[in-house]
Amino acid sequence: MARMKFLCDSNRCIDCNGCVTACKNEHDVPWGINRRRVVTINDGRPGERSVSMACMHCTEAPCAAVCPVDCFYTTADAVVLHSKDLCIGCGYCFYACPFGAPQYPRAGNFGSRGKMDKCTFCAGGPEPDLSKAEYLKYGRNRLAEGRLPLCAEMCSTKSLLAGDGEIIAQIYRERVHKRGYGAGAWGWQVAYRETVTT
Amino acid sequence: MRSRMAALVLAAILTVGAVPAMAQNNAPSPTGSNPTAQSVTEQQVLEQLGKVKGRGAIPDPKEAVLEQPQGREYQAFHERLLPWIGGIVILGMLIALTVFYLVRGPITLDERPTGVRIKRFTVVERLTHWMTAASFIVLAITGLNYVFGKRLLLPLLGPEAFSVWSQWAKLLHNAFVWSFLLGVLVTAMLWLKDNLPDRYDLEWLREFGGFFSHRHPPARRFNAGQKLVFWSVVIGGGILILSGIVLLFPISSLDINSLQTAQYVHAVFGMMMIAIIIAHIYIGTIGMEGASDAMVSGEVDLAWAKEHHRLWVEEEGARTPDGPQLGRTVPAE
Repeated sequence: MARMKFLCDSNRCIDCNGCVTACKNEHDVPWGINRRRVVTINDGRPGERSVSMACMHCTEAPCAAVCPVDCFYTTADAVVLHSKDLCIGCGYCFYACPFGAPQYPRAGNFGSRGKMDKCTFCAGGPEPDLSKAEYLKYGRNRLAEGRLPLCAEMCSTKSLLAGDGEIIAQIYRERVHKRGYGAGAWGWQVAYRETVTT
Repeated sequence: MRSRMAALVLAAILTVGAVPAMAQNNAPSPTGSNPTAQSVTEQQVLEQLGKVKGRGAIPDPKEAVLEQPQGREYQAFHERLLPWIGGIVILGMLIALTVFYLVRGPITLDERPTGVRIKRFTVVERLTHWMTAASFIVLAITGLNYVFGKRLLLPLLGPEAFSVWSQWAKLLHNAFVWSFLLGVLVTAMLWLKDNLPDRYDLEWLREFGGFFSHRHPPARRFNAGQKLVFWSVVIGGGILILSGIVLLFPISSLDINSLQTAQYVHAVFGMMMIAIIIAHIYIGTIGMEGASDAMVSGEVDLAWAKEHHRLWVEEEGARTPDGPQLGRTVPAE
């Protein structure tokens, strides 16, 4: 099986937020929850750089490790998913996530966060594939439909790559080789404990 | 040409300000230019700032943090260090107390009970104690569930039942902070005066309360051991309450790393407080004959009071917040 990964080629990202919009629309993500976001460093200054970020589906995922009810599981494609039925909304995964991926419907006081929501790599959840229950809780299961995450598919500059880590790393390597520069795969070292050597 | 390049790089560094930028060291591109040459790299930002922050389109400051590798440190703390800390201090205390019980046995009265009962704790004092105690026990059990629940209970209960229990445990943990807070505050007000250090404390500590020597070092209303428990509850409990309230209000202005620090403090102090309170429960129940009367009925036998709190009886006339009960017939020597 493939080892699914995201790779944001920050030399290409233009902060259009198309990935964010695609994700929100595809999964009917509720108001206030953002499974994907674009962060711009040095915004408005020379050397500004934008990176699109969501759950990176880490190797030895910190969220899964610290979860006090063990509600996370890793699919055969190495996608990190969780069960909203088991989640107690304690917030530990948010403290542990290096990428700010876990979202809570009520980021409220008195610990009333509600069930955690995060990027599923368009792979749904523990419910039967393509079921209504799965869609309502986790959004569309594009992987079960034989498709890859919509954020990357709709990326206007093909900055965001999603798919088998080996393949997207190769695409990125060839791209860097052709154009002569590349700022590396942001987050890979922390998420996967390896980088893309170019 | 080279000096112009150097000037450009310098200008880039100066203008960028918050996040210093440096040119990337890549081979020249076929077009001869790298339009993002001035931009920062992940490595630079992480080396200089420890995490990557920027501007996000979402009006929420925590969404502007792109990457915080400290999450991996939190993972290491929570999954490797913390269970060990908790296991060592709590099991260590249980083992130490068991050994103490087997070797020394319960601390019994030397004299026979006189049958004369004197008041040790008023109703307000006992209510405060039991409110704080009940809150602490709920907080301790539900708190331990966050760390040890999945290791001990989950295999027994199964995922669904354990999740339901943990959901309730979380609600209880978040709710009982308020009665615990009230309890610690009133405890501090009621007993602060009697828990200030005095000249008998060092002797008491040096003799370890006479637990082994079978002597009874003199003590006023509270001996040095009880004072240590009092200050542990006030200071340790205070730290637990403060760090816990920070975590209870996740939309506070604190950033993610401060929340992690609050977790480190909360978890470590929680484990230590549980160990201290286990020792407190031991000595107040099976560890010492007659000790539990003080907090249950509020009254102790005069013989017990004279043995364990001689100066409280002799100097202070067995004073409670209601005033002395015995005539001050025996002045301090």
